[in-house]
Amino acid sequence: MTEPFVQEFEARAGTATADGPEWLEPIRQAAMERFARSGFPTARDEEWRFTPIGPIVQGSWRAASGTSGELGREQLDSFIFGHPDWTTLVFVNGVFHDALSSVGPLPGGVRVASLAEALRSDGASIECHLARHAPVDGSPFTALNTALMREGGVVLVGAGVDLDMPVHLLQVSTAEAAGTVAHPRNLIVVERGARASVIESYVTLAPGRSYWTNPVTEVAVAAGAWLEHTRIQRESEAAFHVGLTQVDQARDSHYRSFSFAMGGALARHNLHVRLNDENIESLMYGLYLTRGEQVVDNHTAIYHDRPNCRSWEVYKGILDGRSRAVFNGKVFVQPEAQKTDAKQTNRNLLLSDGARVDTKPQLEIFADDVKCTHGATVGRLDDLARFYARSRGLSTSAAERLLTYAFAAEVAGEVALVPVREELDRLVFERLGSR
Amino acid sequence: MLEIKGLRATAGDTEILKGIDLTVRAGEVHAVMGPNGSGKSTLAQVLAGHPAYQVTGGSVLYQGRDLLELEPEERAQAGVFLAFQYPVEIPGVTNAYFLRAAYNEIRKSHGLEEVDSMDFLDILEDKLKLVEWEPEIMSRAVNAGFSGGEKKRNEILQMAVLEPKLAILDETDSGLDIDALRIVASGVNKLRRPDSATIVVTHYQRLLNYIVPDYVHVLSNGRIVKSGGKELALELEARGYEWLEEAVGVAS
Repeated sequence: MTEPFVQEFEARAGTATADGPEWLEPIRQAAMERFARSGFPTARDEEWRFTPIGPIVQGSWRAASGTSGELGREQLDSFIFGHPDWTTLVFVNGVFHDALSSVGPLPGGVRVASLAEALRSDGASIECHLARHAPVDGSPFTALNTALMREGGVVLVGAGVDLDMPVHLLQVSTAEAAGTVAHPRNLIVVERGARASVIESYVTLAPGRSYWTNPVTEVAVAAGAWLEHTRIQRESEAAFHVGLTQVDQARDSHYRSFSFAMGGALARHNLHVRLNDENIESLMYGLYLTRGEQVVDNHTAIYHDRPNCRSWEVYKGILDGRSRAVFNGKVFVQPEAQKTDAKQTNRNLLLSDGARVDTKPQLEIFADDVKCTHGATVGRLDDLARFYARSRGLSTSAAERLLTYAFAAEVAGEVALVPVREELDRLVFERLGSR
Repeated sequence: MLEIKGLRATAGDTEILKGIDLTVRAGEVHAVMGPNGSGKSTLAQVLAGHPAYQVTGGSVLYQGRDLLELEPEERAQAGVFLAFQYPVEIPGVTNAYFLRAAYNEIRKSHGLEEVDSMDFLDILEDKLKLVEWEPEIMSRAVNAGFSGGEKKRNEILQMAVLEPKLAILDETDSGLDIDALRIVASGVNKLRRPDSATIVVTHYQRLLNYIVPDYVHVLSNGRIVKSGGKELALELEARGYEWLEEAVGVAS
């Protein structure tokens, strides 16, 4: 199953993935060797036991190669939100689309560019980050991405800069994406004392098409820096999405992630956050809405390597139809990481009899003076709350919609940036309204 | 306005209401009193259509309609309002959103246009004064993290906005300190209208110092064992409930 990718890799002379600075080639080579050696994960692999990747492994996938069609900005209206001045980089079927992108006014010390462009002109400043945070031996999917990565968004925020408007990295798939795989690669670096918000979206203009997105996003949050990172996954419900977000945080930094998932036949998101120094705060929020036969899988891992750090994690899911959700939350607390304060919560709301959840907290704590808690629930709408709303005049369906919305809004309300929160609200409303 | 005849209701296998007769006319305030477990809260909840109870006998006519045939939301739309003994917390939805949704559902049922959030703020302004509240309360999640007193005040605020024809207050006084009690009671009094009626369910006479009833009914073991004027409440306060239960020979 790895053979077509190895062939593609070997035959790539003259293609986009053959370009790039000298230092990158050995990284790509090593990544492909790693992938060829390990192959795709199997059912025996504990990390992938609940994730039915069969269709990915058995499928035959061509490399995504942009679009030959005309695409207007108005076709992206339902995916673009917030202020028109927000910098938006648009990628269509894995390829940067200059005409659809817009770079708003950016403060000095900020660089926003597509990966290919950044590799051409900013090679040195990304060399110390690209493929340094997400190890290729972490997963075969990451290795494959690293070998074949072509495009993505690069956001570099210089020391002390407050990037007051967020940057939106928008990955769009069209009907031409059918049968293809894209390996988007994003890099977000927020330097010492800087502050930024980045939104990463995966959307489709071809809701019934089957394709595969294999993205990796590397994030570095330097000392005293602040980053809000929102990930909106709205792939086709016939598509496959296996993504990794790998975060490294330095002393006194604050990172808040919101991972929203409503697309994909199979969608998995791994979020790994490493707390490399003291006094770090990490907030990890998630919301997934599933229906039909969808499988949505969130694996998170937080590494408390040093003392006096706090991590706070809340993932919530709303499941309908015969869909399935997987949640696996790992928290590692090293012996040195005293005074760690870690809390993890996973709550699921079942709207149908056929939906199913596999939730697994996994705390490995090797320090003794810590506060670590976790909790997981799987439940249905509360009868008393439903009656309360009905007794105020709401129909059963309106009451259920309101309570379901409330369940989601409780976590979506944690997004700091108001337009992003409103967009999530809108998406939840839209989905609940279509029931 | 409301005519209850021989109403019987069960929760699971247990019969709680064993034949209630009660008539409430427009403009009246009725107090329903009784010891714990007498069925007074059940009566309130059955009138609102609580799904945990099954009506097994009798009839309830409300403004000429068979109330028991109506869904809870249809009762609300027809002007029945139950102030809950234990108001439900709904984290994630603001008080403003919830109340506007309710207000609009009721308007829609009467063929009226929905109001937008700006117009709704205007409507709220006076109602908030009624319960001596600042507008900030509207951006908090419904009852989430509210104190007992705040929850009861919120019920009265909802009542003020929804303007029911028949308001049923289920132990609205329980858990209130004297200030909250005064605010809640004065809110209820200001909402009294000649064309609406109120049923006050309470264990204690205290609330009735503020909301003065026209009639007092004593419930015991699922039946009304005595009815009278407001002086009956004072008598109950002085003598407790036992003498009544003994007098009518109700086995406890």
